[in-house]
Amino acid sequence: MQIIIFFLPQLVLLLSMVLVFGIDLVGSNEKKWLPYLALAGSVISLAISLYLFGWVEVTEQTVLGGMIAIDSFALFFQIFAALVAGIIILLSMEYMDERSSSKGEYYSFILLASFSISLLSVSADLIMIFIAFELLSISSYILTGFLRNDGKGSEAAIKYFLYGSIASAMMLYGMSLLYGTTASTNLGQIAQNLSGIDSSLRWVVYPALVLLMVGFGYKTVAVPFHQWSPDAYEGAPTPVTAFLAVGSIGGGFAILIRVMLTGLPDFQVDWVALISALSILSMTLGNLVAISQKNIKRMLAYSGIAQAGYILIGLVSWGGWQAGNVFDGLSGILIYLLVYLVANLGAFAVVIAVENKIGSNQISDYAGLIKRSPLLAGTMVVFLLSLIGIPGTGGFVGKLMVFGAAMNMEYYFLAVIAIINSVIAGFYYLNVIRYMFFQPLDEPAREKIQLTRSLSSVIVLTCAFTLLMGIFAQPFIQFVQASLGIVAN
Amino acid sequence: MTIPINWYLLVAAGLFSIGLYGVLSRRNAIGILMGIELMLNAVNINLIAFWRYLDPVRMTGQVFAIFVFTVAAAEVAVGLALVIAIYRNRDTIVIEEIDLLKE
Repeated sequence: MQIIIFFLPQLVLLLSMVLVFGIDLVGSNEKKWLPYLALAGSVISLAISLYLFGWVEVTEQTVLGGMIAIDSFALFFQIFAALVAGIIILLSMEYMDERSSSKGEYYSFILLASFSISLLSVSADLIMIFIAFELLSISSYILTGFLRNDGKGSEAAIKYFLYGSIASAMMLYGMSLLYGTTASTNLGQIAQNLSGIDSSLRWVVYPALVLLMVGFGYKTVAVPFHQWSPDAYEGAPTPVTAFLAVGSIGGGFAILIRVMLTGLPDFQVDWVALISALSILSMTLGNLVAISQKNIKRMLAYSGIAQAGYILIGLVSWGGWQAGNVFDGLSGILIYLLVYLVANLGAFAVVIAVENKIGSNQISDYAGLIKRSPLLAGTMVVFLLSLIGIPGTGGFVGKLMVFGAAMNMEYYFLAVIAIINSVIAGFYYLNVIRYMFFQPLDEPAREKIQLTRSLSSVIVLTCAFTLLMGIFAQPFIQFVQASLGIVAN
Repeated sequence: MTIPINWYLLVAAGLFSIGLYGVLSRRNAIGILMGIELMLNAVNINLIAFWRYLDPVRMTGQVFAIFVFTVAAAEVAVGLALVIAIYRNRDTIVIEEIDLLKE
């Protein structure tokens, strides 16, 4: 009975999804308050998961026949998923009001996708991982193509769908090979059976590892499995882009970390080599291609690829559980995900506010934004500086922790490449700031931009947290260090 | 005479490769979907063969295979809906002609 309390955050998300979907079907009148019901669901889920995190002793264990893991690492991602759901719902309100009349479906799919992020983070069995993975993928495809009459949206969705299904089919083939070598689908059992494996069977695990990385690489947008992301990000409705850029990546990292640390610890040398190669490719290619982008959603897509590369460094630099080690790779990943969540969702909130007003995502249309809305331009500076990693913003703390972990484990080449890449990244982020502040404003476009309450609350909150995490980082670092417990077996 | 497990694994590997080739070479979105189905069926053959030869007491492999084709059906339903949406917007489902999104 005490176990059920750990499922409450997920059950609340799922229940509110069913409620939103069901109530929308009853009667034919338009229900303006449906988004608020969805918002209430995600806020309650967030509150329960924060309560569980702070006040309930978590004993690391697997339940339901080893399918589900209960640990503080999973609780961290419950908080993450509920936060993402709440912020995306707030971002969507004005945007979707103008473009679509089917509110019930839209908000219930946002809730379902967020639910599947938290389901992915608790999965401790290949079958469960596959189901949660597909639940997240399928609801993301639907959300991407949600505006059916928009040619770009449908194109983005079909490209995303084809890439995603190929990646998950390859991941499944890897899973079947892993099942074949260990005769089990439970991650802990797999680790046990792999530890005494003879060297001829190791040659079956290597291709399985590579194939698994195809699937996880697609979810975490690591190069060379990133090709879907720029197209999907540009064509999708902007709040959905924000979801893909933050939520979907977070889910991918949750499952990547769990599979590598609890399922394949004996192959750490091999996956470290594989993931560090992916990380270098992602950082370099993401940053170099981002420079030439003219559309801000595409630019944020490539910047997201680069950020995924930085986060992967944290997994490479994971050096086992050591007490008192500040620069631990895993806590680096978690704090990086948190700062990336607030900074990136904040940046997308500004993009949505501008798009609602002028209907364009071209960076050149951001010219003179400071005159049209000082709040938008000012907070966008904070978000972009945080994405660069300037001291005083949250991004600096995230980068410090991840790169520090790499130095700690003596992966100096990774740290050097990452720092060079951060400098390159400064160029295209600062370019947006240059447009907003120093480019002259066209004559017909001098209207001020008015913000709705939902958008301005997101922008102010995320901006406050970005600065707070940069200046008073200690409580946040303690928070992620408390969420490092992962079930071993 | 019992059939060794290698035979099943070879068939599965062949089917997977044919599916992957189809995915990479087809221009039509429906053709690509069929290639993906072949890849998923290769996975199912693998799972059932491994279950039968390694772990016949527990049902893990069978259950996994059932989940694979159930989820695959859901995925294809969404995929076909997306194909219809793109056909309504663009009057084509040839992937190379769907090129609004480019840098």
